[in-house]
Amino acid sequence: MKVKVLAFGIAKEIIKKDTINLELKAGVKVSDLKLILEECYPGLKKTAFLLAVNNSYVSNRKSIKSGDEIAIIPPTSGG
Amino acid sequence: MINALISKKDLNIEKSIDWAMKDSAGCLSVFVGRVRPKTNKKKVKYLKYEVYETMAIEEMKKIAQKASSRWNIDRILIHHRTGIVKVGEVPVVIVVSAEHRKDAMSACRYLIDTLKSTVPIWKKEVFNDGEKWVFSHA
Repeated sequence: MKVKVLAFGIAKEIIKKDTINLELKAGVKVSDLKLILEECYPGLKKTAFLLAVNNSYVSNRKSIKSGDEIAIIPPTSGG
Repeated sequence: MINALISKKDLNIEKSIDWAMKDSAGCLSVFVGRVRPKTNKKKVKYLKYEVYETMAIEEMKKIAQKASSRWNIDRILIHHRTGIVKVGEVPVVIVVSAEHRKDAMSACRYLIDTLKSTVPIWKKEVFNDGEKWVFSHA
């Protein structure tokens, strides 16, 4: 299945792209995708990050579905 | 009532206050951020904000709803800049109206503290000799 992954802040600089299109196996969980991303982009291991799915923070156990919009959220610093 | 906005242009503090001066409000609590000229004694050139806009608006509404369920609140406005914000400019305005001050002040403090740690907004400090991502001072 295809998913779109958006990268922001320091994660965007590490990946050197703001969007990645990934082909994943069905049933992949958020925690699996974190490991896949760290394997593809080892620089991500240097920063803490969460994954958001379709504009919400989700649990690591959530399964990812085809067409989901995932976002890499490094520690925020608004204000 | 909730008013959440991400803006590329200057924020208008007066209009933000006017929006909340309605209904049964007996007071407003206002938080205005300002880009400070120095960080750790180092001169700041400007700040560069990056925002995941769709989610930031969702998260702003979520924290406003949480504040409304916790305190007796009338209106909440949360406006935040994106892009380059210069020294002395205003990156964030929060206005809370309520019948009584304790509710307005507690909610306002909760909103700015929570915004910093959960709303997907990132800031980079740009100096004359380099730049650095800021991580939340929560």
